[in-house]
Amino acid sequence: MYKYDAVDQKLVDERVSQYEGQLTRYLKKELSDEEFRPLRLQNGLYIQRHAPMLRVAIPYGLLSSRQLRKLSDIADKYDRGYGHFSTRQNIQFNWPKLEDTPKILKELASVEMHAIQTSGNCIRNITTDQFSGVTPDEIVDPRYVAEIIRQWSTFHPEFALLPRKFKIAVTGSNKDRAIVQAHDIGLEFFINKQNKMAIKVWVGGGLGRTPILGSVINEELPWEHILTYSEAILRVYNLYGRRDNMYKARIKILVKALGIDHFRELVEQEWKFIKDGPNTIDESELKRVASFFTDPPYKESSKHNLNDYVDNKAFKQWLDRCTHPHKNKAYRSVTLSLKATHQAPGDATSEQMRLVADLADQYSFSEIRVSHEQNLILADVQEDDLFGLWEQAKSKNLATPNIGLLTDIICCPGGDFCSLANAKSIPIAESIQEVFDDMDYLHDIGEIDLNISGCMNACGHHHVGHIGILGVDKDGSEWYQVTLGGNQGNFASIGKVIGPSFSAEEMPTVITKIIETYTTERHADESFIDCAVRIGLDPFKVNVYGVKGDKS
Amino acid sequence: MNSQLILDNAIVRDEWITVESPTITTEVRKQAGKVVMFKLTGEDTLSEEQIMATALPKNGKILLPAKVYLQHKDVLKERLKNKEIGIWIDTHEEIGSFISEINDINQFPLIGVRVGKFADGRIFSIGTQLRIKFQYKNDLRAFGDVLRDQLFFLKRTGFNSYLIREDRDPNDALLALKDFSSPYQGAADEPYPAWKKFDRNQRERD
Ligand code: HEM
Ligand code: SF4
Repeated sequence: MYKYDAVDQKLVDERVSQYEGQLTRYLKKELSDEEFRPLRLQNGLYIQRHAPMLRVAIPYGLLSSRQLRKLSDIADKYDRGYGHFSTRQNIQFNWPKLEDTPKILKELASVEMHAIQTSGNCIRNITTDQFSGVTPDEIVDPRYVAEIIRQWSTFHPEFALLPRKFKIAVTGSNKDRAIVQAHDIGLEFFINKQNKMAIKVWVGGGLGRTPILGSVINEELPWEHILTYSEAILRVYNLYGRRDNMYKARIKILVKALGIDHFRELVEQEWKFIKDGPNTIDESELKRVASFFTDPPYKESSKHNLNDYVDNKAFKQWLDRCTHPHKNKAYRSVTLSLKATHQAPGDATSEQMRLVADLADQYSFSEIRVSHEQNLILADVQEDDLFGLWEQAKSKNLATPNIGLLTDIICCPGGDFCSLANAKSIPIAESIQEVFDDMDYLHDIGEIDLNISGCMNACGHHHVGHIGILGVDKDGSEWYQVTLGGNQGNFASIGKVIGPSFSAEEMPTVITKIIETYTTERHADESFIDCAVRIGLDPFKVNVYGVKGDKS
Repeated sequence: MNSQLILDNAIVRDEWITVESPTITTEVRKQAGKVVMFKLTGEDTLSEEQIMATALPKNGKILLPAKVYLQHKDVLKERLKNKEIGIWIDTHEEIGSFISEINDINQFPLIGVRVGKFADGRIFSIGTQLRIKFQYKNDLRAFGDVLRDQLFFLKRTGFNSYLIREDRDPNDALLALKDFSSPYQGAADEPYPAWKKFDRNQRERD
């Protein structure tokens, strides 16, 4: 993975001093709340229900074991012994003290980490496919260009105070696991007819209040122009994006208002002046950064022992759900599930983090990845080691064989932590996990994405869940709206609301009825989403509400 | 010195008189032609009435709203030659919309950009455009809600002069110009990115 040189290190060190100064001025009342707000936000610091919340960047979801150990130490020392991995591949601490934040940042800087631009109206952490570099269906490894974009966007002076936050996602595979179409800029790397790396550029996607999938602004951008082209997009957005209404301030609203053709035209106008300028990436820089992402020293499999465990059903289930094909046949990628029942989705205790760091050292070249489904991944595990890894992972409840299944719920912090929430989301996830506790039944239901957000800001991506649950407020009490048919990936779509919303107590039954509708209606080997698309909303409504669309 | 103005790296006396147009409460019409843009940003530009009501100081160096300058440009010719005329715009005004009425942007010794609110980052794109797209070479001043924590970004986007808000200490603000010593990306002040300025291939591999 990428390692800091003097330039990188100096920047994060200088940031810590800068932030320390800002906090001191704030505590001495030389900065007002309003003035300090954008400053602390640019540094990942929210003021939440209980305490400040600190969000730490994990660039494109990649961590070393040393970094993960540091995160676990921070959780113990400054928080309550756990952290929350988010759908944007970052980690959040829910209970730090404001006065401690500079110390935490210093500790982070000592392991090449920071909280820069993890919130606020600026270019956020870049996200990508958790299987970058190892998945057999990959065409281009997107990580090194992601690293170049990360550096370019860090303290980009022109885009420090945008109308609203700005998220970039990259993918280099046939199968898009990074939801590039739901980002402000989505980049899909491919190899063009001339056998050169090129990028398909999407703009103006986003979830939140107004879910919109991105539009293609450039079908084939030569890779070396990605920084100047992004700069042109961002300049147009920075100048013309709305600033009078924060709900209409995302780039998606501007692209929609102007139309993609007009928007593209404005971008081209700006690009003319900077295209081929000094920020154009050259081969040598690409090579330098790419050299950090070379393959580790893979070994041949010696034992071929997977067949020794065919009778171990629990292990087979885990193998089936939690390990994924690797470009090297002797290896698999392993997902360590953070979705055990009675643990908030995406939460990991410091003990779990420490174990994962140890497992990474032992089995996976000391690297860990965070997925946007809020799980942890060991990308390079030799087949011979899988059984041993499984047994150790089980000891800390990290081997629930539910990846991709109903209980692998994506869930935002919701009303338990977040001051914007309409409703709690973690208890809903838990009540559903409790009802669906039979692994055989879960495996029979098969792959399904269930996403929960506590309000329309959509941090839990409910719009693109096959089943989406959204917390809504009705006269001050908490209700849940259900959508069906959302999807991510290449066939991304936005789910449709099935009808009036439900109380928290009703939710497990509602989900049960939806699943029963599917198991009754499905064809052999038909997945939930395919079935839902084929039969439409009505059969589900009838089952859930009794009569079509009316609540019984 | 009792001044709020920073020029390059020092606090200096302000030699310029900044002229503002009076606020007039009657309905202000949106500028024709650019309707879409102004609708999107939701802001108005100076009305004809406001422009006409703006008084021009007879002597000294004056920094005028761009629209006011354009209205009076014929009578200001001599003073422009004497380097006594600068122009300023608000962050929602588009330089592109009147650049054709100015034959050489570098005849102004000073251009100002007023930022209404700290969080209004359009000023950074305007600075960048002035320097890179319009090739403006002379002094570029930020004024309005200008505080310490914008300064580093303002400098990088082409500004070399900052009028710090009245209630803040410009000595304190000066420190911010040194916040970061080797930024990653090329920008208006320093066009080359880090990888072109430093040898970044020196690292230990393990
Ligand atoms: C608890 C503190 C949090 C607050 C106050 C918060 C606030 C917000 C807000 C206001 C938006 C909507 C922005 C917009 O549409 O313009 C948003 C979007 C989003 N948040 Fe959060 N969030 C929080 C935690 C999280 C967590 C824990 C995650 C990951 C699990 C997350 C992931 C996202 C994502 C993926 C979006 C994307 C929707 C989009 O912008 O397209 N957030 N958040
Ligand atoms: S979706 Fe709403 S409730 Fe959930 S974390 Fe985001 S802002 Fe908070």
